[in-house]
Amino acid sequence: MTEAPSPVLSLAHASKRFGAVHALDDVSIELRAGEVHGLVGENGAGKSTLVKILAGVHPPDDGVIRVEGREVVLNGPGDARDAGIAIIYQEPILFPDLTVEENIFIGRQPLGPGHRIDRRAMRAHVDELFTRLGVRLDPARIARGLSIAEQQIVEIAKALSLRAKVIVMDEPTAALSAIEVDRLFRVVESLRGGGTAVLFISHRLEEIFGLCRHVTVLRDGRWVLSRPVHGLSSDDLVRAMVGRELVERDATQQTVGDDVLRVERLTREGFFTDVSFTLAAGEIVALAGLVGSGRSEVARAIFGIDRYDAGSVTLNGRRLRRASPTAAMAAGIGLVPEDRRQQGLVMEMSIARNVSLASLRRLQRFGFLVGSAERRFAADWAVRLQLKYGSLANPATSLSGGNQQKVVLAKWLARRPKVLIVDEPTRGIDVGTKAEVHRLLDELAEQGIAVLMISSELPEVLRVADRILVMREGKLVAEFAHAAASEEAIVAAATGQLQGVAA
Amino acid sequence: MATAEARWLHLADRISARRLTDIFYRLRAFGILAALAVLVVVTSAIQPRFLSGNELNIILGNTNILALLALGEAAVVISRNVDLSVGSTLGLAAFASGSMFGHLHGVPTVLAIVIVFIVGIGVGTACGIVNGALTTLGRVPSLVVTLATLYVFRGIDILIIGGGQVVASSLPNGFFEISLKSVYDVPYLALVVAAVVAVAAFYLRSYRSGRDLYAIGSNPEAARLVGIPIERRVFGAFVVSGALAGVAGVLWASKYGTLDSTAGSGYELTVIAAVVIGGVAIFGGSGSVVGAAVGALLLNTILGALYVVGVSPFWTQAISGMMILLAITLDRLVSLQLTASLRRKRSAHAA
Repeated sequence: MTEAPSPVLSLAHASKRFGAVHALDDVSIELRAGEVHGLVGENGAGKSTLVKILAGVHPPDDGVIRVEGREVVLNGPGDARDAGIAIIYQEPILFPDLTVEENIFIGRQPLGPGHRIDRRAMRAHVDELFTRLGVRLDPARIARGLSIAEQQIVEIAKALSLRAKVIVMDEPTAALSAIEVDRLFRVVESLRGGGTAVLFISHRLEEIFGLCRHVTVLRDGRWVLSRPVHGLSSDDLVRAMVGRELVERDATQQTVGDDVLRVERLTREGFFTDVSFTLAAGEIVALAGLVGSGRSEVARAIFGIDRYDAGSVTLNGRRLRRASPTAAMAAGIGLVPEDRRQQGLVMEMSIARNVSLASLRRLQRFGFLVGSAERRFAADWAVRLQLKYGSLANPATSLSGGNQQKVVLAKWLARRPKVLIVDEPTRGIDVGTKAEVHRLLDELAEQGIAVLMISSELPEVLRVADRILVMREGKLVAEFAHAAASEEAIVAAATGQLQGVAA
Repeated sequence: MATAEARWLHLADRISARRLTDIFYRLRAFGILAALAVLVVVTSAIQPRFLSGNELNIILGNTNILALLALGEAAVVISRNVDLSVGSTLGLAAFASGSMFGHLHGVPTVLAIVIVFIVGIGVGTACGIVNGALTTLGRVPSLVVTLATLYVFRGIDILIIGGGQVVASSLPNGFFEISLKSVYDVPYLALVVAAVVAVAAFYLRSYRSGRDLYAIGSNPEAARLVGIPIERRVFGAFVVSGALAGVAGVLWASKYGTLDSTAGSGYELTVIAAVVIGGVAIFGGSGSVVGAAVGALLLNTILGALYVVGVSPFWTQAISGMMILLAITLDRLVSLQLTASLRRKRSAHAA
């Protein structure tokens, strides 16, 4: 390490309280030009608060922000933008009806004579931005239908066009497939090469090691360490984040029972074709593949949310009515959806209500819901899943991501399902809670529940699943037993580099 | 049917995402023009008189007012708002302009007409300012605000007029001619309205503030984040809508001459129908003022066609309703198809 250049952005001794909660307590961080700086920590460690301070959404109670040595006060998103700070959120907020180029330039389109928008200049500018980023994206298409990865590219291009000196990426890879992550990495590299300071937040430690030169760890709102990545091990980071050792469980081959769920030749035009597999009691089967390969769509079709065009779903020998979630639920299938905020929970409703939502029939007397029974019921599940909460009467919004996921799980487990479908069960969840969710899935399998798990995180798939099915472009292309699976083989099958099927 | 669909899907897969969205918007514009063409062909097959210049003159003459209102309404709807008060604003402006002539005895007709237009626009603009201010400063949903002002403006109208009316004989002949003069059976006024629509379309397309309206309607939260002055833009849209309703009121007076307190009553729904049929998304973000104007033309052509063919005008409302359903259904089908194609393209691209 030679003489370090002065930081582009420095946040010194920042604190932020929300009521009695110390969300951030005396945290300092320095970002330098042409450097990618990693920020890690469990959920609730204060990463989001730090991002919001830099975004100008929450002004800090204490502390100083300096950009290129000058002190700045950020009282709104506009201030942050003017100071040269751009935030790339996990799920970008775009204008679906506007074109890609307009999304980048809205409100500051290049003007020609008479203050008219100069569309040609705008196009040239966008082309140049995309070339610099090394991406191909049609600037004239509307943003509706763009994948999350593409939406992030649009946001990054916007940041670049604003000449942002600092780009903060808040868990950009959480919703991306392996290939999209690769592409994002190349983009980040080109940003770094262009002299931008990047703050990169991720739960995936391998990404921190692959991309960042420095890393800062937060825990419980406090600064733990800031250090060059070089010389740190992944264990070091995890220890710093959780303050304790983690014991990861390996998927032990469970005693697998009879086939419970049989999916035969399931087809939904334009989404997936001829998908057949079985699921046995006590087995965890992972459905792997790129985002958009049709994994979630298969799950939705099995559960009856979407109508399938051909094929059948059989549960314990009885064929399920298609396109009927009610029938699927009655037969004993549960679905923990990918987007828990939108589809898994009623965010404004209390934790207790959310837990009991799928079991109301059991909690009623003479047709009326019994409040005390509901609370007891929810409290029981909260203990079983080690839920961390303030009060069961608080809304689901008060919980961290991992605990929200536990509530969704509790809701379905309370119905004693035979088959549980979990879609991206640990997306956006911190390392500690992640291990707990994995342990929970293992326990469920031991109790004889058949689990179908969809996941984009290969380490998770390899750790948890007894059997791995790989989808590509709507087709099942490979199947691996736990012992025979490797990250390389799954990626190869998912991206079509492998033709043969290793059963 | 199935093979046609398969062919369409196959075709859809081969063209780029941009072309696809392009085609979508053309289809949308094309759909309404096709409906118009079919209507004209069928009607004139039944009753050739429909193709005469006289019919054209009547239909265009009837469209002017609706097209102007639809233009303002489209700007408001694109920004994810709605203006239900346009009918009442029109009524107020019509009465104000009509009764104005009574106070302008001895003033040269041309000057009197100019003054009347200024008064009408002033009344409409004032109504627009009230709507805009309540919506943006009061942070009340425009649906509620303009529902209230629909009654308030109408109430003011009734309070002033009472049971009385403005009679045509009190208006100068030159005032009526505004609505009557034509070149080759095309009313002058229709040309003016078409020019206004063209200018508005150009403005919405080529100026930042115009694009801002689309952005606000497409995603208000994102619009706030990128620093678009939402309040100012929405306020502006309401003022424009009000001002155009004011102009429409003056034209209403010029067209009908005799005015009571019910002028333009219930017209707001016809205006919104024209906007929706014209392809403006009711929840904002997409659509065009040209579409809205053509929607107005289509509605009036249907009316004219029914009259010519001799169908009872009682059918008009039912048919307008069906047109709205048809427009929405088509839109929904095509956009579902579009989303599916874009998704397929994406997964193909990612692989």
